[in-house]
Amino acid sequence: MTRHDRFGGFAFVLPFVGFYSFLLILPFFMGLWISLHRADLFGARKWVGLDNYVRLFGDPVFYQAMGTTFTLALLIVPALTVITLLLALALNRATRSAAIFRGLFFSSSVLSVTIVTLIWRFVLTPDAGLIAKVFTAVGLEPIPFLSHPDWTIPAIAITTIWWGLGLPMMLFLAGLQQIPQDMYEAAALDRASRWTTFFRITLPSLRRTTILVVMLQTAAQLQIFGQAQLLTSGGPSGSSRPIVLYIYEIAFGRWELGYAVAAAEVLFLLVLVLTLAQYWLSTRKEDAIR
Amino acid sequence: MASLSLIDVHKRYGSTAVLDGVSLEMEKKEFIAFLGPSGSGKSTLLRIIAGLETADSGEVWLDGRRIDGLTPGDRGVALVFQQYALYPHMTVRENMAFGLRNAKVPASEITTRIEQAARTLEIDQLLDRKPGQLSGGQRQRVAIGRAIVKAPKLFLLDEPLSNLDAALRNRTRVELAQLRQRVDAAVIMVTHDQAEAMTLADRIVVMSDRSIQQVGTPMEIYDRPANRFVAGFVGSPAMTMLPVTLDPSGNADAIVRLGNGTLIATQIKREELTGETSFDLGLRPESVTVAAVGAGTLDAEAVIVERLGDRTLVYARLDDGSEITAVDRGDSKLHMGDRLGLLIDGRSAHLFGSDGSGYHAEQTI
Repeated sequence: MTRHDRFGGFAFVLPFVGFYSFLLILPFFMGLWISLHRADLFGARKWVGLDNYVRLFGDPVFYQAMGTTFTLALLIVPALTVITLLLALALNRATRSAAIFRGLFFSSSVLSVTIVTLIWRFVLTPDAGLIAKVFTAVGLEPIPFLSHPDWTIPAIAITTIWWGLGLPMMLFLAGLQQIPQDMYEAAALDRASRWTTFFRITLPSLRRTTILVVMLQTAAQLQIFGQAQLLTSGGPSGSSRPIVLYIYEIAFGRWELGYAVAAAEVLFLLVLVLTLAQYWLSTRKEDAIR
Repeated sequence: MASLSLIDVHKRYGSTAVLDGVSLEMEKKEFIAFLGPSGSGKSTLLRIIAGLETADSGEVWLDGRRIDGLTPGDRGVALVFQQYALYPHMTVRENMAFGLRNAKVPASEITTRIEQAARTLEIDQLLDRKPGQLSGGQRQRVAIGRAIVKAPKLFLLDEPLSNLDAALRNRTRVELAQLRQRVDAAVIMVTHDQAEAMTLADRIVVMSDRSIQQVGTPMEIYDRPANRFVAGFVGSPAMTMLPVTLDPSGNADAIVRLGNGTLIATQIKREELTGETSFDLGLRPESVTVAAVGAGTLDAEAVIVERLGDRTLVYARLDDGSEITAVDRGDSKLHMGDRLGLLIDGRSAHLFGSDGSGYHAEQTI
């Protein structure tokens, strides 16, 4: 490769590298820098070293928010993966009704979080919500989905799952359509039952898609924010406050920018480590079967 | 007893008919090739036998059992797919075992069968690899192995050699020929390659235009093509067709007159040619040899000269513009544009009537 070629190659990636550095790498290091200060949004800075991090790891509210975040992710990611896989299996056919349902299930994804929470408020509100009306009609006490600590997290999880169905379903559909038809014909000639075909042909063929869906969803759900903010504002008494809401409240409620950024850096590392770990685990298994 | 019987099979997709009343009887252990151009319905017929498509009407019988209502797995047939359709996430061994496990064959027997087949096909070194780590030829063997271990009554091969390069194709063709001696089953192969069909099959089923054109041994198909389609499709280069009229001078055997008046004596019985007087004269290249100008049956101009080593093919143009293919010796001195004489051997000529049906000499020379 001549020096000219190498320069040409750099020229092609330069725009992306430039944007990426300016919008992601640079802010990350700026964040690290700010997290070592007591800072507010007006630019006042005072060096405090690792004080923010020490404070953070001594803050019970931080741990509570972490707990809430992980509970939400554990409720949402597996359920969302299974539900969207089942939807994709059901809708992977060339009929008009399947096309309509595909559109229908995808449509929730194009709504903004405000609309989504508004819709689910109509469903969940204890006094006049849809579910409450059904409960009252059959003589049961309505469930206080948005105000009881036991119900707020499931309510946020359900809202999120409903909102997030579209993309993973489409990824699974794309994965299903990648499986050659003659594979299924070979399985039919090999006397495979429907179950055997699903578990031995379809699922293994969707391995990469499943890994992708789980990784994307984990990264997304650890940063869950809007639904919690708009449905419950993290309440009651912080029981449904995920970590990003916690960061938001510190930064824009209490004006403690340095402290908030410290929490954000910790979250970033956490998402990075978890995603890489999933990737490593899944590719290691692939190497093992080879 | 017949091994496979097809009785009046019809199939249409929407308003397009794909198979129009196909019937066929297959002997035990017979190797049959379905030969035809794309869209002739040969693959559809294979898929109907395998159970991957359903016929609209008609019956399929295998070894005395009607199978057209059964699921593909219950029919006692094995199919080798054109693209092999190996399961990419399973090893070669698992690929071969999958069907047997589903059929609840005991594990020890599965092992025996796989090892036996693997030895036969020389893939015993590959059993723990995955299809992605195999070459095209190796995948082909695995696909055949997967069919063999099932010990089917009928093997179905869908264009088995089409994905291999030329050298490998010839080798695999020989191996397929050896293989069929070893398996105790009938074989149907779908192909559009006449060389494959001619070399491998006991009988060839020539298909075109939704139906069977001719069923016969390779030499029957070559020597006595039932109609103009078969004559043109089988044989390379294709049979030359020249318009002729029946000359009244012949006695028992027909004599025909070319456009320029040249008479050619055939050995086709005159009484078979019912009523018509205009025919197409069909000449295989080997029936037309090169002679000196003026010394042959007629003169022509060489358009293309193809040197194949052992012989030379000469594509020539007659004075009336019609084209004819002739054979010359390997060391032919002819060049493009040369004038040459052509010697036509009328004894091996064929005639085709206006409906396309073929007439042949009683005994082909």
